[in-house]
Amino acid sequence: MARIELNLAHAYRPNPQTEVDYALLPLKMTFEDGGAYALLGPSGCGKTTMLNIMSGLLVPSQGSVRFDGKDVTADTPQQRNIAQVFQFPVIYDTMTVAENLGFPLRNRKVAPDQIKKRVGEIAEMLEMSGQLNQRASGLSADEKQKISLGRGLVRPDVSAVLFDEPLTVIDPHLKWQLRRKLKQIHRELKLTLIYVTHDQVEALTFAQQVVVMTRGRAVQMGPAADLFERPSHTFVGHFIGSPGMNFLPGQVDDSGVHLCGVNVGLPISGVPLPGGDITLGIRPEYVQIVLPQTPGALPMTVGQIRDVGTHLIVSATISGHAFKVRLQSTAVPFAVGEQVWFRVMGDKTCLYKNEEIVE
Amino acid sequence: MNASNKPVNQKAWFLILPVLVCVAFSAILPLMTVVNYSVQDIISPERRVFVGTEWFAAIMRDEELHAALWRQLTFSFAVLALEIPLGILLALSMPAQGWKASAVLVIVSLSLLIPWNVVGTIWQIFGRTDIGLLGAALQGMGVDYSYTGNATHAWLTVLVMDVWHWTPLVGLLGYAGLRSIPDAYYQAASIDGASKFAVFRYVQLPKMRGVLVIAVLLRFMDSFMIYTEPFVLTGGGPGNSTTFLSQFLTQKAVGQFDLGPAAAFSLIYFLIILLMCFILFNWMQRVGTQAKEGDHA
Repeated sequence: MARIELNLAHAYRPNPQTEVDYALLPLKMTFEDGGAYALLGPSGCGKTTMLNIMSGLLVPSQGSVRFDGKDVTADTPQQRNIAQVFQFPVIYDTMTVAENLGFPLRNRKVAPDQIKKRVGEIAEMLEMSGQLNQRASGLSADEKQKISLGRGLVRPDVSAVLFDEPLTVIDPHLKWQLRRKLKQIHRELKLTLIYVTHDQVEALTFAQQVVVMTRGRAVQMGPAADLFERPSHTFVGHFIGSPGMNFLPGQVDDSGVHLCGVNVGLPISGVPLPGGDITLGIRPEYVQIVLPQTPGALPMTVGQIRDVGTHLIVSATISGHAFKVRLQSTAVPFAVGEQVWFRVMGDKTCLYKNEEIVE
Repeated sequence: MNASNKPVNQKAWFLILPVLVCVAFSAILPLMTVVNYSVQDIISPERRVFVGTEWFAAIMRDEELHAALWRQLTFSFAVLALEIPLGILLALSMPAQGWKASAVLVIVSLSLLIPWNVVGTIWQIFGRTDIGLLGAALQGMGVDYSYTGNATHAWLTVLVMDVWHWTPLVGLLGYAGLRSIPDAYYQAASIDGASKFAVFRYVQLPKMRGVLVIAVLLRFMDSFMIYTEPFVLTGGGPGNSTTFLSQFLTQKAVGQFDLGPAAAFSLIYFLIILLMCFILFNWMQRVGTQAKEGDHA
């Protein structure tokens, strides 16, 4: 078990010049010992690169990786004592399920009776006890991935367990079950778990701390609530939540924020804003419907009303910008094509300059 | 759709007629000629006597044939025992990418591009004690080496020549097998703390199994029919020490004009190869389906 500190950048090609050449832009990050983390971001954002750098499969082109303060940048995965589970199941065809699960222990010369005991525990947890003597090559993809997971968890003394989208090939029901198992394992064993995924639900339910990544940059790290309430980058606002945050471009002067020709007022907190261009962000959940002609409210044209079961999603437009509002009630006080007034400035509103939060 | 509701059109048989004609001329008729010879005693072009299975009985009791068959089997198994492990070793030591990989591929394939009789000639000169590198070097080390005079030396020289000629084929097949292993397997093995040997034993070897079966099949068949190289190098001698099956057959048919026994033996030879093919092919199929089950079931 270890505290992992990263202070590095990585480019797959030599002599990176521009930001585009980097798979991971220079970043500083600390993963505390015993935490459950998720790296969340779209495909190609650098999550897997970061994971492979932590496990030692990849050496960063700049900077260092520290485990408990010790520089391990040049160490192999074995030396770092890391466990990693990959996106697609990797099993050893010629071995039985039990041999597969015990392989990491056997390679480390653990006594056979201890291996047997530990493999028994892991199999119990994965509900594979009845299949221990079966040949691993004949199993389904689900079961193979469970073996891969088991191999990642079989060593009780690892620095950290890294998961690279491990539940991609698993069917939804089992996925939910396994995720719960992982949380349970985390509570019981106090292992440091780092989980890569592009599925926000998976990340938010699994991890205590979520790192949101885009285009080689880690834009925000924090608990799920922070990511939702105070996205520090427009990408986070857009990526987290369903539907994502609404963004409207505008200008700031002393009298307030001007959006689409309407002065919506200044933020309630009274924090001074930088002048010039600004982007206002508000979650569809926090938009308020107000009476027509309310000062500071924006008039919008309703384009679509979608019933998604527990709530309604209203799509509206203002000056060509799309805007989504989530309504809890099933009674709709307006119809498609009508003009409705929305208040967008409130205590849940965020303001961004150059995509970074200012308030 | 099952077979019963397919339209029946017997005229379709005509479509396979061209193939039938080709196969008849290229395979069936020549084979029947051999069958014809095998049951007759050809005394002169005008005189022949039907002898039934006499030649078969005679050839089966032929001590020389037994010796040649035994020699052949020993040789083929020695070839496999040497070429397969060496080929795997070669595949493992070849670079995976970059210009080095291309260069090594070309160099490794060189011996495969040399015609059989040239291989024989190369080794004939290579093994000479007066001007050949191998012969002179062995002589210099105090070995009284002579592939023309010493039966063991001759046999070993033919074996080493075949290993030199064909190990690259096994190497290339193995290389293809190795390159098809996804990186994730190596990464997982590295995470699991597997030693180099464990990676070989549990990742590389199982994943190479398919191509290795093909390599075994090819090398067995090929070495079982070896003719040109020993013919050029030793002419089957000294004595009969390097007379393998096909050369024994040639001596009978072309050397002594014993067409009847030669034809009878050709058929037996053919059946032996057919039997071996059958056994190896079935083995290969079984291994193949097991691998498939592993992927999907």
